[in-house]
Amino acid sequence: MGVVLDHLGEFGNGWFTTIRLSVLSFLLAMAIGLLIAAMRVSPFQPARVVGTAYVDIFRNSPLPVLILLVWFGLPKLDIDVSRFWAAVAVLSLYTGAFLGETVRSGINAVALGQSEAARSIGLTFTQNLRLIILPQAMRTVVQPIGNIWIALIKNSAVASFIAVPELIFRADHVNTEESNPVPILIGAAIGYLLLTLPSGFVLSRIERRVAIKR
Amino acid sequence: MTTALYDVAGPRTRRNVFIGSVISGVVFALLVVVALLRFRAKGQFDADHWDWLKDGGIRGFFAEGLLLTVRAALTGMVLAMTIGALLALARLSRTAPLRWLATTYIEVFRALPVLLLIFFAYLALPRISPSLNVSPFTAVVLGLTLYNSAVLAEIFRAGILSLDRGQSEAAYSIGLSYAQVMRLVVVPQAFRRMIPSLISQLVTLLKDTSYGYIVTYDELLRRAKVNADFDSDWLISSYIAVLLIYVAVNFVLSRLAQRLEVRARRRYGAGTIQAGTEDLALLAAEGEATVASH
Repeated sequence: MGVVLDHLGEFGNGWFTTIRLSVLSFLLAMAIGLLIAAMRVSPFQPARVVGTAYVDIFRNSPLPVLILLVWFGLPKLDIDVSRFWAAVAVLSLYTGAFLGETVRSGINAVALGQSEAARSIGLTFTQNLRLIILPQAMRTVVQPIGNIWIALIKNSAVASFIAVPELIFRADHVNTEESNPVPILIGAAIGYLLLTLPSGFVLSRIERRVAIKR
Repeated sequence: MTTALYDVAGPRTRRNVFIGSVISGVVFALLVVVALLRFRAKGQFDADHWDWLKDGGIRGFFAEGLLLTVRAALTGMVLAMTIGALLALARLSRTAPLRWLATTYIEVFRALPVLLLIFFAYLALPRISPSLNVSPFTAVVLGLTLYNSAVLAEIFRAGILSLDRGQSEAAYSIGLSYAQVMRLVVVPQAFRRMIPSLISQLVTLLKDTSYGYIVTYDELLRRAKVNADFDSDWLISSYIAVLLIYVAVNFVLSRLAQRLEVRARRRYGAGTIQAGTEDLALLAAEGEATVASH
């Protein structure tokens, strides 16, 4: 593993870029996801249709295809964007579809009687959503949202397709220099495990705390 | 439409909903028009950007790419299902070391990017054992198998555990052995409940074959790149064509998984299976059947 220690700086840089990529994409994806979920439960049919189409397109698209299309396609439309932000855009568009679907399912999973009871005591639509539905919906979607976060960390590897200097790109770079792939790739793997395994652990703790006891 | 949130609309609400629908419709239409105008202004709708579609040879080139994509995905799926089933049995076994080994394998490989595993198969395996000749196809299939066997193992395990205990208890009580209980009673029932999750995982696997691009596996995305390199006017149209092929195939599979999941829920109740990290069939079904969480 000496090679990894020799290049620890590069690995560290890549690791932090992976984190930055994942966190920024997750925040943006959360905004997109909430918007899509709102559109899909709204009473406005065009919004529902567009929301459904969005989810169907992005969740069925491979990330490598999306990232090449965006990175090489945008310059053709005279739109300039950096590698890093192209990757963030693609990752958050893709992840947003999954989050949107998750939040929507959470809303729908709240028992019908809850919302009926809320309406019958005179709560308005927004009060109903804010006070009754969303707090319960959030509890049921903690687990799937956490899973999507972990998937996003792994998916961020696709940014290496367009030479964003994240963990895998750095590892590949170190390998062209040192030509010693076994320890170098194991080093990168440890970098990912350091992110995904603790995330999973924290997630199950939160999940246990918020789980609805029935 | 999701119903629980609203009362049946009165005349005023109906009018407001109508106005809102018109406004949102106009906004979305405007967004589309702006995007299309941009495409047109940059000549993306000119005939010479799409004329490759008329060339039978190039269409065949893409069709062959699709075949190679499907080949890698199906090979990976079959291998991953076989190994995944063994891993699930190992994790449920009564021999502790076997259980630990399977658990470690599953937890590690589930937590790594597929791309890294493909790289590992492509670059590192030949170093570990120099006699191995790892072709791009082998690398893709191995990478997909390592990752998906871990995910599928969890699906299988959840499927087996989702079965009512009474099933295996009854089987034991009439004198069947462990192997017989598994083979005759548990696995056949569990398998049926797993089908929607398996299809969802197949969609993920199909999408992930496009990571093979990076190790020069000659699949759809690689062929789009070749086409785009041939004439740079064809770039956007080539990638969009490939994207549409993927979306069409995966859409059908995703919808199928969703249907089956909804049906399974009606039949067996909410005790279905938590699957891979990106499994939406389950969520969608949860929404559709409006099942209170278990």
